[in-house]
Amino acid sequence: MTTTTPEVLRQHAEDAFAAELAALAAQDERPRPERWRLSPWAVASYLLGGELPDGTVITPKYVGPRRIVEVAVTTLATDRALLLLGVPGTAKTWVSEHLAAAISGDSTLLVQGTAGTPEEAVRYGWNYAQLLAHGPSRDALVPSPVMRAMADGKIARVEELTRIPADVQDSLITILSEKTLPVPELGGETQAVRGFNLIATANDRDRGVNELSSALRRRFNTVVLPLPATLDEEVDIVTRRVDQLGRSLDLPELPGGAEEIRRVVTVFRELRDGITADGRTKVKSPTGTLSTAEAISVVTNGLALAAHFGDGVLRAGDVATGILGAVVRDPVADQVVWREYVEGVVREREGWKDFYRAARELSR
Amino acid sequence: MSDNDVTLLGIRHHGPGSARAVAAALERLRPDVVLIEGPAEADPIISLAVDKEMVPPVALLAHAVDDPSRAGFWPFASFSPEWVAIRYGLARELPVRFIDLPAAYGFALAAEQAQQAQQAQQAQQAEERLALDPIAVLAEAAGQDDAERWWEDVVEHRTPGADADPLAPFEALAEAMTALREQPPGAPPLTGRRDDLREAYMRQQIRAARRAGHRRIAVVCGAWHVPALSAMPTATADRALLATLPKKAKTEITWVPWTHRRLAQHTGYGAGIESPGWYHHLFSTERDTLARWMTRAAELLRAEDHPVSSAHVIEAVRLAETLAAMRGRPVAGLAETLDAVRSVLCDGSDVALALVQERLVVGEALGEVPSATPTVPLQRDLTRLQRSLRLKPETEARELVLDLRKELDASRSLLLHRLRLLGIGWGTETRSAVNSTGTFRESWQLSWDPEYAVRVVEAAQWGTTIEQAAAGKVVELAAKAAELADLTRLAEHCLVARLPAALPAVMRALADRAALDTDAGQLAEALPALVRALRYGDVRGTDSSALDGVARGLADRICVGLPPACTGLDADGAGAMRTRLDAVHAAVGLLEQGAAAEEPDSLADRWAAALHGLARREPSAGPATGVPGLLRGRAVRLLLDDARLDSAEAGRRMRLVLSTASAPADAAGWIEGFLSGGGALLLHDPQLLELLDDWLTGVSDETFTDVLPLLRRTFSALEAGVRQTVGSRVAAGPFAAAEPGRTAGPGAVRAEPLDADRADAALPTVALLLGLRPAAPAAARPLIPRQPDRGNDR
Repeated sequence: MTTTTPEVLRQHAEDAFAAELAALAAQDERPRPERWRLSPWAVASYLLGGELPDGTVITPKYVGPRRIVEVAVTTLATDRALLLLGVPGTAKTWVSEHLAAAISGDSTLLVQGTAGTPEEAVRYGWNYAQLLAHGPSRDALVPSPVMRAMADGKIARVEELTRIPADVQDSLITILSEKTLPVPELGGETQAVRGFNLIATANDRDRGVNELSSALRRRFNTVVLPLPATLDEEVDIVTRRVDQLGRSLDLPELPGGAEEIRRVVTVFRELRDGITADGRTKVKSPTGTLSTAEAISVVTNGLALAAHFGDGVLRAGDVATGILGAVVRDPVADQVVWREYVEGVVREREGWKDFYRAARELSR
Repeated sequence: MSDNDVTLLGIRHHGPGSARAVAAALERLRPDVVLIEGPAEADPIISLAVDKEMVPPVALLAHAVDDPSRAGFWPFASFSPEWVAIRYGLARELPVRFIDLPAAYGFALAAEQAQQAQQAQQAQQAEERLALDPIAVLAEAAGQDDAERWWEDVVEHRTPGADADPLAPFEALAEAMTALREQPPGAPPLTGRRDDLREAYMRQQIRAARRAGHRRIAVVCGAWHVPALSAMPTATADRALLATLPKKAKTEITWVPWTHRRLAQHTGYGAGIESPGWYHHLFSTERDTLARWMTRAAELLRAEDHPVSSAHVIEAVRLAETLAAMRGRPVAGLAETLDAVRSVLCDGSDVALALVQERLVVGEALGEVPSATPTVPLQRDLTRLQRSLRLKPETEARELVLDLRKELDASRSLLLHRLRLLGIGWGTETRSAVNSTGTFRESWQLSWDPEYAVRVVEAAQWGTTIEQAAAGKVVELAAKAAELADLTRLAEHCLVARLPAALPAVMRALADRAALDTDAGQLAEALPALVRALRYGDVRGTDSSALDGVARGLADRICVGLPPACTGLDADGAGAMRTRLDAVHAAVGLLEQGAAAEEPDSLADRWAAALHGLARREPSAGPATGVPGLLRGRAVRLLLDDARLDSAEAGRRMRLVLSTASAPADAAGWIEGFLSGGGALLLHDPQLLELLDDWLTGVSDETFTDVLPLLRRTFSALEAGVRQTVGSRVAAGPFAAAEPGRTAGPGAVRAEPLDADRADAALPTVALLLGLRPAAPAAARPLIPRQPDRGNDR
């Protein structure tokens, strides 16, 4: 691990929470799988938070159902690979980083999935200068993070697995089923040692993704990270993120924010869940994902609008444009969904007159 | 346990572990009598439990004779400890008795409490104190926050070893319950009056069994009651307590078939259980419980086209077992199993998991009862109604004409409608030859089929009276209905059969289905039926405000969804849509009739706005890009009829459509839509006729051949008189645009001035015919108030 200085914009999880990890390791008496820094129980409490017998407070890293974390940790302990699914803003990457940090003490063995991720990023590449000078040898081989994780018995991470082209995805099959990475050029292989495992994250509702082949899918246990369970939880997340973003964008603090955030989150949740908050009316769901991340951007957008072009108060009209943009992704079908929602739900809701007018104005 | 001749087996109702433990304990005890917590009236029919036609889950159903709606259910599944004990006793020809307070007292107690409002409040307080769940307290003492899980671990998942003492768990549980029920002196009692009475009654029954000479008495009862039954107070004290019981209500009891789904609901014997299917599996599977369960789940998922391999099953079992170890449980419970199924077999999807949950965890098992079972209360209720309504069940068919304004006939109609809902087709509605006009008259063909008696038994699962059962069945049908039209029909049935209890569920299903239905055409078809039902409900005096709300919601959705749905239709589609447009227009008119017309943003306004939108959506490039002319013309006409457009505006629209820029076929369609359902308009407004005439003479020869069939169809649908007059006017030569307000233009054949006096003389009669007050001068458009805003500003 590299030594980190305070100037680093963002610290790795294992550095930022080194004290907590050390405290947990010191007091962890349960059996540990080979090459795990902590026992599965300790990993779960590292993610979920709590207080240790000696009084050390472990901050919760993941706020959500306990079940999710338990299944995830158990999966890694059974040597099956773990696939974290979820829409943007459900803390997939965050959970995978902390799992790797707690289990291997190293969250840096990372392959970032993009449409251009080559096979070398998953298997190995060559140092061509070495290759030409000395011929094929281990020294000329450039191992991928996955290969290093196999050799060291650590956790490898693959981000956005579904963005990776299908043929590159499938090179993971051998690694996950045979636990070995053949190097035919050298007539050898790298076998995974105990402790190796893989965490992949993917977004299943996005467009432009490559579905996993069923052969690869079979190698994973899937855990779907849910969206925040309650309105208050989600409002809280949005408020906190909007605060942070607003500060970094130097937006002034505006009045009326809390109310509009609640409204944006309510609209998003109702359309996403297909049912109104009071549970009495069903509504159609649009094609968009309406993730928490989008709600955050709608609110920040509205704040910028209100600050620069409005009267300095965040109003219904400032967020309505953003909501419309997030909801109506398909110009025909979503338009109907949105107008039905506006006419059927928004129109009759107490205290939403201003929002109704703004929405009517827009969808004309 | 206090007496060595009495062994108390404390259990939790419905638990596979408890059931196994009871079986083992009974084997060891070899009792000479088995006493079971359950309504004492059931003793005479207890022997039916070993009948080979009896298949659990079944339930004991007790009901008050004079009021079948006061009923109680005691369900038994194959894994209920009570059921195991009953079968054990009967198989060895031992006396088996139910020793709980008879249901008759229970009904009387409930009635007594309902009468005394003050006491009811006290009773409620007592109930609240009782709401303390003994198992939750024990679990807390064991350091577990999840009581259900703790109980499963320590009791239900145990498979007793061969050499273990089968009585030990009962002793331990009795001890724990005793500790729980110990109260410091002076503290408020833990039990309510009802519990005290029940326990006193049970003690008396145990004493009676002892007096009868039984020496090895096994008592199967809720664990909570064990301390009260082991510490026997004096018989005199119990007698004194029981003397305070109210008079028995006359009660009957029988077995009815039950389902696992119903077991999962909150009924009768304490709380419902969440996972009857899982418990059944635990009870019926001796070895490899988890692996067999996963295999069943995999089979189920495969049958539903989820690719699940044997490798998946192996991994799921491994994950469930590791999860259990991680959570510190002795074996994998339902929570671990479902987590593993979700993660491995279902690819994390909750949709697929819901299937497993519904089919396996709850299960679909349906019980059966032997034919020798006493009649169900539903049959009794039917007989009572047949007698009071003077309708004899006869096999030969006969006609019955009902006048719904008479109370007896109205009740008869209700009964027949309700029976029909229950699948008992005693009456078939017919069109009477005598007089079928008016909504207050119904004709029925009556014919009783003996097979209906069986249907009555089947219907018993939905309720104990005809009304309850019909309502129950409608609720179930509503939950299953796939089509919007099925639901609107059900709603109609609810109104004619007057089932207000079922209406909310149907309305909910209807609103939900309508919300998710993306086909505006289907919505448009459902609305008129709903509005009809509303009108019908008015005749019968049924409260239909909920229906009104749903109908309005539906109309709102149509207003939003219809314009896009009309885009790019071919000729056939446009024709079908036109019929719907007319039907919806009429329905909206009916809906708005009662409402205050002055409301600024009423439904009629929104509908008019939708029609305006429709009329404006002209095709910009080819017919697929806009609404067909037929529908646009129709929309303009409907707006004109409602006075939401004036004739000058309509003329302008017509001129635009008929101008050379638009396609002649589209224009002809527009004319058809505009003129259908009455062409007198052309006579009243010579400008329109002139426009039409100009256009027609200007159309080129080839195009004329194209549009001729359309125009012919349009004009052949006009009234004969109108057609003739239009013809003669066109023949008479050029139109003058002067005097557009006059009834007859200069081109008319007869241009005599009106005699106002003679016309006025007829007015009162016309007004009377139309049902208007004679004072109203504007009798021409009575129902459609003019709106200040035209609606096109939205």
